[in-house]
Amino acid sequence: MLNYLWGFMILIGIIVATFTGTMGEVTQAAINSSKEAVQICITLLGVLAFWMGIMKIAEKSGLISGLTNKIRPILRFLFPDVPDGHDAQKYIATNLIANVLGLGWAATPPGLLAMKALQKLNLKKNEASNAMCMFLIVNISSVQLISVNIIAYRSQYGSANPSEVIGPSLLATCISTVTAIIFGKIMERRKRS
Amino acid sequence: MKWVLYISDFMIPLIIFGILVYGLLKKINIFDVFIEGAKGSVNTILTIMPTLIGLMVAVGIIRASGALDMIERGLKPLLKFTSFPSELIPLTILRSISASASLGLVLDLFKQYGPDSFIGRLISVMMGCTETIFYTMSVYFMSIGIKKTRYTLAGAILANLAGVIASFYITIWVFGR
Repeated sequence: MLNYLWGFMILIGIIVATFTGTMGEVTQAAINSSKEAVQICITLLGVLAFWMGIMKIAEKSGLISGLTNKIRPILRFLFPDVPDGHDAQKYIATNLIANVLGLGWAATPPGLLAMKALQKLNLKKNEASNAMCMFLIVNISSVQLISVNIIAYRSQYGSANPSEVIGPSLLATCISTVTAIIFGKIMERRKRS
Repeated sequence: MKWVLYISDFMIPLIIFGILVYGLLKKINIFDVFIEGAKGSVNTILTIMPTLIGLMVAVGIIRASGALDMIERGLKPLLKFTSFPSELIPLTILRSISASASLGLVLDLFKQYGPDSFIGRLISVMMGCTETIFYTMSVYFMSIGIKKTRYTLAGAILANLAGVIASFYITIWVFGR
């Protein structure tokens, strides 16, 4: 997907530039953008290093695994087909907690394990189960508490208060996640085709 | 000041405070562990950097050529009846396809309008409450060989749409236009 998208953007840009006479700007943009990307990475490195350090403390102190147990009641509600204490429940919990804390890189491995465990409970092996649909919809609705990356980018481009968007973002996330859950619950009630 | 902005100010310090206190209570060498975790960021950045360079160049080229403005201008009449900024339509669509490509566009918009403009704030909020649909679905379902995804796609699109609409009104409510 990205292969086409990336090629398409550059090719379209160059073709359009021949008509609009902006070839000089296009060349400049290519050089400046690559330079800018590196600058952004440096800003991001600082913020990310700090955040990952803090999160390591949360992980090592057992805070994250403690939270994983605490959200069980929520998981029982979201995934009624998954038996209590099943592996799938554990992996889903780890994935969701990692997502909430903005640890995207730490969320994918348990997420894939959760899918595998859910597949064992699945009756039709080539068709997604209710639990799988719910899991992915909630995941895609984004459950992130804080998006540190966005804050770093805002600061890089000179925002006076980079973190001012945390509250509004949290509110918007709640709305999208609640929408996702309601939709999933409605669809669950309907008979499987 | 609105209570939402209090959340913005308090959230990060509160999380840091809570985690440090918990770590101290559990008698963890918090600074050593912090260093250990922080080291990991170098690897993360090194994997992100080439992707970011590639995509920012692509977005930079399409922006400089004038093609992006053409798309935005073309979309304007469609959005005449809503007040949603047409500059954000390419981003909204790209966001559901690819996280890294949309990131290139976000940074471009920050540069164009500034992160503290209405558009800058709106995309900041939007990026926090949406997620890539097609990538996530293909990775997760492909890993276990599921062909029929039933209502996952519809739910994902609906959730993202709700996020975009919510972001729009929340940004207006909190920051004004």
